[in-house]
Amino acid sequence: MEKLLKTNRRDFLKVAATATGGLFIGFYWSGCDSPKMKVLTDEEVLSQALDFNAYLSISPSGDIVIYSPNPELGQNIITSFPMIVAEELDADWSKVRVFQAPLDNDKFYRQLTGGSGAMPHSWERLRKAGATAKHLLLTAAAEKLGVGIDELEGKEGIIYHNGKKQFGYGEVAGEAAKLTAPDDVQLKDPENFKIIGTPVKNVKNKDMFTGMPLYGLDVYREGMVNAMIQRPPFGMKIKSVDDSAARSVSGVTDVIVFKNNVAVVGNSTWPLIKAKRQLRIEYEPDGSVESSFDHDRIMKEMLDSKTAQVMRKDGDVDTAFKNAAQVITSEYQCPFLSHSPMEPQNFFAHVKGDKVELIGPTQTPDRARMETAQLLGIPKENITVELTRLGGGFGRRLRADFVVEAAELSKILDKPVKVSWTREDDMTGGAYRPAVRYRFQAALDENGNMTAYKLRGAGINAGNSTRENNFPSGSVDNLLIENVEHRSPITTNAWRAPITNFLAYAEQSFLDEVALAAKKDPVEFRLALLDRAKKNPVGEIHYDIDRMRGVIEMAAEKSNWGKNKDVLQGFSVYFSHRSYVAQVADIVMDGGQAVLKKITAATDCGVVVHPTGANHQVRGGIVDGMGHAMFTNMTFENGLPRQRNFDTYRLIRMKEVPEIDVHYVDSGYDPTGLGEPALPPTGGAIANAIFAATGRRLRSQPFIEQKEFSDIKLEIRRT
Amino acid sequence: MANYNLKINGQNYQVDVEDDTPLLWVLRDHLGLVGTKFSCGIAQCGACMVHINGESTYSCTLPVSSVGSDEVTTIEGLSKNGDHPVQKAWDEIDVAQCGYCQAGQIMQAAAFLRKNPNPSMEEIENAMNRNLCRCGTYHKIREAVALAAKTK
Repeated sequence: MEKLLKTNRRDFLKVAATATGGLFIGFYWSGCDSPKMKVLTDEEVLSQALDFNAYLSISPSGDIVIYSPNPELGQNIITSFPMIVAEELDADWSKVRVFQAPLDNDKFYRQLTGGSGAMPHSWERLRKAGATAKHLLLTAAAEKLGVGIDELEGKEGIIYHNGKKQFGYGEVAGEAAKLTAPDDVQLKDPENFKIIGTPVKNVKNKDMFTGMPLYGLDVYREGMVNAMIQRPPFGMKIKSVDDSAARSVSGVTDVIVFKNNVAVVGNSTWPLIKAKRQLRIEYEPDGSVESSFDHDRIMKEMLDSKTAQVMRKDGDVDTAFKNAAQVITSEYQCPFLSHSPMEPQNFFAHVKGDKVELIGPTQTPDRARMETAQLLGIPKENITVELTRLGGGFGRRLRADFVVEAAELSKILDKPVKVSWTREDDMTGGAYRPAVRYRFQAALDENGNMTAYKLRGAGINAGNSTRENNFPSGSVDNLLIENVEHRSPITTNAWRAPITNFLAYAEQSFLDEVALAAKKDPVEFRLALLDRAKKNPVGEIHYDIDRMRGVIEMAAEKSNWGKNKDVLQGFSVYFSHRSYVAQVADIVMDGGQAVLKKITAATDCGVVVHPTGANHQVRGGIVDGMGHAMFTNMTFENGLPRQRNFDTYRLIRMKEVPEIDVHYVDSGYDPTGLGEPALPPTGGAIANAIFAATGRRLRSQPFIEQKEFSDIKLEIRRT
Repeated sequence: MANYNLKINGQNYQVDVEDDTPLLWVLRDHLGLVGTKFSCGIAQCGACMVHINGESTYSCTLPVSSVGSDEVTTIEGLSKNGDHPVQKAWDEIDVAQCGYCQAGQIMQAAAFLRKNPNPSMEEIENAMNRNLCRCGTYHKIREAVALAAKTK
């Protein structure tokens, strides 16, 4: 079972009691509903607010300031984190103002967005942040009233004694903030949650829907110059640069060659886009310059190679295959993919002597700072990182390449600079979802039981392309999981649900093949494997069997699995990033035409903190998984992707999404993340439904480019 | 470089830029109207959608020299207090994830509903198919356009 990390004490150490106490200027009616009540500006609230801990300050006006430390890229942590603090504080949500915190290692722990980890890592400490503050407020009120703290109740920002309203939180905040926070504090029974589990609206709606500056590309600073950079193809280096035409573009102030980059600099963006096209750069090989046909050959060699890294070995696979009544072998493959967030990469940097100011969209502000410190030889204490909102991330913004190049350029120019990438830069500049190929083999006995299972993953810069301790490991006596990797100059990186975004499709499609070969229902087949793993586990098991069973059963029930002959269904289930998701895809035949109508999803992520956010992540993950499985391809030619913008790099659109029906298993566990877990099962569910409907087994992505798909002409519509 | 007089959100602006400068970059870099977003630059994704005389138009490929005396509306000028029926529906349905494409989606939806105030779901899907959302908020966009049509 996944254990949550112990709360790190430092984010609860109270700030010096003298902090901003005492002095406040302004006029307020605390806890008063009078129409005359003055609404304070954010600046006024921030100047008055008294710090209770890193996350929470309370203004004498009763306004509650909550800081959200983690980068916000659409997972809506900026709403759900404050909800947790406000819940335990018993705050009046309408009084809560949320601010994005800058990078601060002293105050916050794991200030990054990735691995669907923010929620499980922060759940307990956010609750404590709210609960300890509430305890202090009640303590201060009890002292004032001369009563015991147990006689008081805090509700929606008001303190009651015997049901009678005594103080607003703001009225005792001054005294409370001077008290020492307790080590231990009683957390609420989830039964009594009032804010958690409700569809609180995104706190940034108004800003987003009226066009306020929120994102990295919206950063403009006094004295700032703009820059764009031409980066080299993978495996190449600059031989010569002719920048005369680029320099002659009106609005270009400078062209700078640094490392293998050519930067064009100016005071606005458009001249740079034009000038970059005018650069005449000759490159020469600096390593292997690869194309897709090289990758095809390399992958085949890796799958057939005599040597591979053994990731897990149970029992005696060779003997089991020798004695098998039936052997099923299948290969699956996927291409590289770009993360392609809607906001292309960009960052603002200002190097001033031995100090650096960084502002922009990063999933890993600490890494941005560390790498900048390392590159420039500047102590990290001298580097500040301010977080803008991120126009998507999908893993691309876990890297710091786009930050350090901005910092380096700022140092060279001795000016504040914003480096922006065009879409073409974003798509050709790395780092990609690695291309991977899998070979699966299963042995069945005469009763259709799976007696052996083999998987070899071959990836290009994929690291370990397997998840050797995940299902079906633990349910098969004889099992061998191997990995082979090719190192390439083409950069790769975590891409939403790293590895499992493709492995799950391959594995769940293959298990479908095995179930059908065993003449078993695909759901029953999986449940039987889980039964086996529960009763008599083989080796280590890194998933919770009951929770996986729970989502399988719920997805089968909610989708009416196997109940309607006119609906041809595909099943898939996967455990990743601590959460469990099972999906069923429904295809109906309409006048001989296969129509994908619906995907049903059952998710176990423990407590659903924010239902709107959870639904967004489940549906968004499914749309993402479906789009890339069906439509998106990236191929390479001489170290460069052929697809460089959305005209050839096809992303899923409005008319291509079916109905998505979302359900949650109420397992009572502490919440786990949802940014990724809904994506992995989707490709498998759809591929298995396509097989059920047409008899065509899709073993390569994207589906629409496969010959098996060419005469299916799958339609997607809801009605 | 040439001088252009532009009518944007009911105000007159004067800019001195090259005549091939796309309206998008005039708005963002020269006028500080950053609600209109850059994403693809080739009229494929709709993040840069503005209204030209009420028609939704990709601003990333529209040279400033071709705007002339046309009325430009950006997300900042769609309504005074962010209370256009489409903006209200976007808030009510809580449409956004990262939000980067949503200003363009809202502009597309607003222009569409002006021409077709009572659309079918199919018409909504056809109209909104011009705009990409990488987070996959399509279900909510569809719902919000339908709500805006109902409530305006």
